[in-house]
Amino acid sequence: MNAIQQLENTVQQVRRDILRMVHKVNSGHPGGSLGCAEFFVVLYKEVMEYSAEFSMDGIGEDLFFLSNGHISPVYYSVLARSGFFPVEELNTFRLLDSRLQGHPTTHEKLPGVRIASGSLGQGMSVALGAAAAKALNNDGRLIYSLHGDGELQEGQNWEAIMYAGAKRVDNIIATIDVNGKQIDGSTDDVLHMGNLQEKFEAFGWKVISIKNGNDIASVIEGMKQAKNETNKGKPICVLLHTEMGNGVDFMMHTHAWHGKAPNDNQLAQALEQNPETLGDY
Amino acid sequence: MIINLLKPLNKTLKHWETTDLIYMKTYTFTEKIDTRSGFGAGLTELGKSNENVVALCADLTGSLKMDDFKNNHPERFFQVGIAEANMMGIAAGLTIGGKIPFTGTFANFSTGRVYDQIRQSIAYSHKNVKICASHAGVTLGEDGATHQILEDIGLMKMLPGMTVINTCDFNQTKAATIAVAEHNGPVYLRFGRPKVPNFTDENQKFRIGKGLVLSPGTDVSIIATGHLVWEALEAAKILHEQGISAEVIDIHTIKPLDEKIVIESAKKTGAVVSCEEHNFLGGLGESISRTLATHHPTPQEFVATQDTFGESGTPAQLMEKYGLNAQSIVNATKRVIARKQ
Repeated sequence: MNAIQQLENTVQQVRRDILRMVHKVNSGHPGGSLGCAEFFVVLYKEVMEYSAEFSMDGIGEDLFFLSNGHISPVYYSVLARSGFFPVEELNTFRLLDSRLQGHPTTHEKLPGVRIASGSLGQGMSVALGAAAAKALNNDGRLIYSLHGDGELQEGQNWEAIMYAGAKRVDNIIATIDVNGKQIDGSTDDVLHMGNLQEKFEAFGWKVISIKNGNDIASVIEGMKQAKNETNKGKPICVLLHTEMGNGVDFMMHTHAWHGKAPNDNQLAQALEQNPETLGDY
Repeated sequence: MIINLLKPLNKTLKHWETTDLIYMKTYTFTEKIDTRSGFGAGLTELGKSNENVVALCADLTGSLKMDDFKNNHPERFFQVGIAEANMMGIAAGLTIGGKIPFTGTFANFSTGRVYDQIRQSIAYSHKNVKICASHAGVTLGEDGATHQILEDIGLMKMLPGMTVINTCDFNQTKAATIAVAEHNGPVYLRFGRPKVPNFTDENQKFRIGKGLVLSPGTDVSIIATGHLVWEALEAAKILHEQGISAEVIDIHTIKPLDEKIVIESAKKTGAVVSCEEHNFLGGLGESISRTLATHHPTPQEFVATQDTFGESGTPAQLMEKYGLNAQSIVNATKRVIARKQ
């Protein structure tokens, strides 16, 4: 089995995790989670360097910040399958007394999570702060972050984007999940955001586009390219074009599964399309 | 503004003619100076003593008296521009990696404008950020109500895990600034713009969560915070001349509240006047009344703004119009003593 195939297998298992987690509690956000499964798996299995022993400060490690916290199912699955906590704990998603809250938080001290997110638009500022701490500590590792495209409608992002460009923060790679969908419909219909690449470039960022964000090889190549652009005096933005609900045919090409769980039949159908690879939790 | 920091406080003791020999303390001062300058002086000290301390400002460096820190430690100073939400997020992120960020802007822009950023990225995430807020209350003066926040203590004290401090003079603000750097957790440090008497000890040890009995008394407990502490001392002198013995307590830490000092004083005097440059809703007075309602129900009067916005004017005019000066405290004391059973 080649490396890409192994990553594909992990992605498929992550999809199963996402679907089973949201089905069990009949709540959560499967659409965006499925769309970002390849990105998370590539990030944690191929791109970032980090210690299995979690420490909040993460000195000498690459750090990741999830700004669009509602896609917690994919985050939790990949953290568990990267050794941050036992995969069995995915069973507790959104349950009382769980460390796996509906939206990620440090409050219950879940290893792998360094900031609470859920109220949108705050993650890029936090990532910039962590990037500044890295610079002050002469720590050459990088800061990665993920944001929804709809999330860019929050004004705080543009404060952060302006700041990063002006201050030439070049140890950050901020990825935008461009799936073109949000709760009320397509991003074009809800609030058209124009040309994101031109907007970021106008704010002084280097932009890299990954045309197929659900293709493992493309994501690896794009993130490699992004890494090569760091430490060159510009912040890096990756426009990751994904399909919401990817990997489950009836969840794709619609915004309907942004925040809706499948019923029993739908779950069975979705799991049939994604056979077990690494073993269910 | 130059202040001679080396001059000792000129404290005097006055004999108070009661049978149980309660001695009233009165305080004098050599200079009036703004509390925000105390913050600046504290930050200057921290710049030298703690290399993990970093400072952020949203285009108000001069107003916050952060120039010294900025000039001495440019690599640890972050000018974020007029973008307070981003500033709070960056501050939260800086803690990841061991930094101790101090954010500086006006109280309105430190709280109401960025409440959700503080709530999620700082308080809920338990980040070690020190939110330092100048120009609180009506004594900001002529800029008017848009800038005179009177709701910030309430906003901040409602956040779980947030420490809330409102200092009364230059020396106390400086000491508090230094002390909060040693405290692990989010802090809201509130101070102001007007020049007020600098009367507390220059070399005081600031203890978070500990109230101070500035003068003992038997008839009423005047419990004050921030700029109203000096007014409370002035009120006690007026009351003393009228034969009323007031205990004056400085509560610099509104959360966690020093409940012990409040309860003990209320048990002794049986009447409380709370004093603050803040709305009576959500401020120190409500924290005191909650404590007393639970442990020792006591008549209380509230010297505070009465659920209103401020307006333009000089600090002294506004303090008088909104009932925040020594005379207002005297009047409130008369009312509460009349209610004693």
